[in-house]
Amino acid sequence: MTERTRSDTDELYQATIVDHDRAPRNAGPLPDATHHATVDNPLCGDVVTIHAQLVDGVVRDLRFEGRGCALSQAAASIMTTLVRDRSVDESRRLAAAFERFIQAAPDAAIPEDLGELRAFAGVRRFRSRRVCAMLAFRALLRALDLAAS
Amino acid sequence: MDRTDPAAWRRDFPALASPVHGRRLAYLDSASTSLKPQAVIDAVVRVFTHQAGNVHRGVHALSEAATEAFDAARDDIARFIGARSEDIVLTRGTTESINLVAHSWGRAHVGPGDAVIATALEHHSNLVPWQVLCAERGASLRIAPIDDRGRIDLAALAGLLDGRARLVAVSQLSNVVGTIAPIAEIAALAHAAGAIVVVDGAQAVAHLPVDVEALGCDFYAFSGHKLFAPTGTGVLWGRPALLAAMPAWQTGGEMVASVDLDRARLREPPHRFEAGTPNIAGVIGLGAAVRYLATIDRAAAARHEARLHARLRDALAAADRVRVLGAPEAAVVAFTVAGAHPHDVATIVDREGVAIRSGHHCAEPLHHRLGADASARASLALYSDDADIDALIAALARVREVFP
Repeated sequence: MTERTRSDTDELYQATIVDHDRAPRNAGPLPDATHHATVDNPLCGDVVTIHAQLVDGVVRDLRFEGRGCALSQAAASIMTTLVRDRSVDESRRLAAAFERFIQAAPDAAIPEDLGELRAFAGVRRFRSRRVCAMLAFRALLRALDLAAS
Repeated sequence: MDRTDPAAWRRDFPALASPVHGRRLAYLDSASTSLKPQAVIDAVVRVFTHQAGNVHRGVHALSEAATEAFDAARDDIARFIGARSEDIVLTRGTTESINLVAHSWGRAHVGPGDAVIATALEHHSNLVPWQVLCAERGASLRIAPIDDRGRIDLAALAGLLDGRARLVAVSQLSNVVGTIAPIAEIAALAHAAGAIVVVDGAQAVAHLPVDVEALGCDFYAFSGHKLFAPTGTGVLWGRPALLAAMPAWQTGGEMVASVDLDRARLREPPHRFEAGTPNIAGVIGLGAAVRYLATIDRAAAARHEARLHARLRDALAAADRVRVLGAPEAAVVAFTVAGAHPHDVATIVDREGVAIRSGHHCAEPLHHRLGADASARASLALYSDDADIDALIAALARVREVFP
């Protein structure tokens, strides 16, 4: 039992996640941004703001600002590295795929096409923390929705 | 009966017997909600098996059994805080109790140009109702500052009491920094300036002896679920003269004396403020909780909690990379771990069997005042023990391992 819980925690806080939390990529304001969106989790106070520069339906540049737990900040950091230069539609598909992935059963196969987001496999055993992992994508989707409207 | 053995009290709480993640449960989240003793669980089960009728309505056996148990519970709950039964309103909890004061007393007594004072320590439930009331009535909300230890600055509070201030809202025991407010002193200051005092007793009631007359306040609010009783129960005590003059805030059945199609005559307090079928099982459970506490030597419980609290505070203060918020005096210790967010701290220690709270604990402005976005919080109850504290301190080593 001890081993099981240890590995739960280790699986959740994989090196990739701790590394992105410690040294977030693409963090900070984006002067050329065309779209912004902020999403927070009122239950815990975590917040992520997305600054996106959209050109002809493509996310040309993307940065984030935020504060909160390692999961919310690492997910934001990894997301920015994956979404840059993707089309709006591709970005939406990535968000949906990531959500399906973290909602899945803990032992389900890990999709190949999620890049470093695969490090979030452990969150499938921590029901209350899935919302942390999704925060940045919710902000991205809101920014993209604003772009569409 | 004066039971003095903490190990025996602990056995009264069946939730403590079930392992969590394969570990002994170290429940250090009683400030969020307390566990329930078997006596309360039995009382609630008894309601649904033998007292399943509605109260104050039927003449049949089940209704009479429910009514008798319900009224006895009100008597015991009132006595627990040194009050008369007719001076306590049964509510859903502290939040509803405070909203009742804001809606009923507040709308009648706070007008344009008036002020309401809350302290910088307050839980959102003793802050937001006053923000809304002030916005609605054209009044201003003033905040009594605290020092770095988490103590209310009484001189500054006195300065805010300028004759326009109608009400002071203060928590007796902070749910974050664990400081105890000098209620009697605050009440004397407020009364001298023509203001009333509303006390949020949500945290205090399970840890400090509460006698509303001795406190000198005008309203006292608390929740049952932090006092070993079911959720959805709470109390508002009010001075009889204030309650008698207050308008109803929710209306309907139970609170009326007679009803014509065009108007209704309202009942006297407390029934005037208790519209609708009450939380019968919950209230009877709260009655069972205060009766359970009467079996325990409260002085022994206070000594036990004081010793554990000092140990918890000192052990956390001495732990590597840990910062304790303020200077806690009772029941709770909020802390941060450098390099690890409180949610991650709480998740990691949970997997070691340790239950703590993380976030801003519904006190966001207070966290900003203390220079933290969020914190982790360990809190005690009379069933806590040394092993709980040892488990937390050991689990924090695991946090430092995951976030080196």
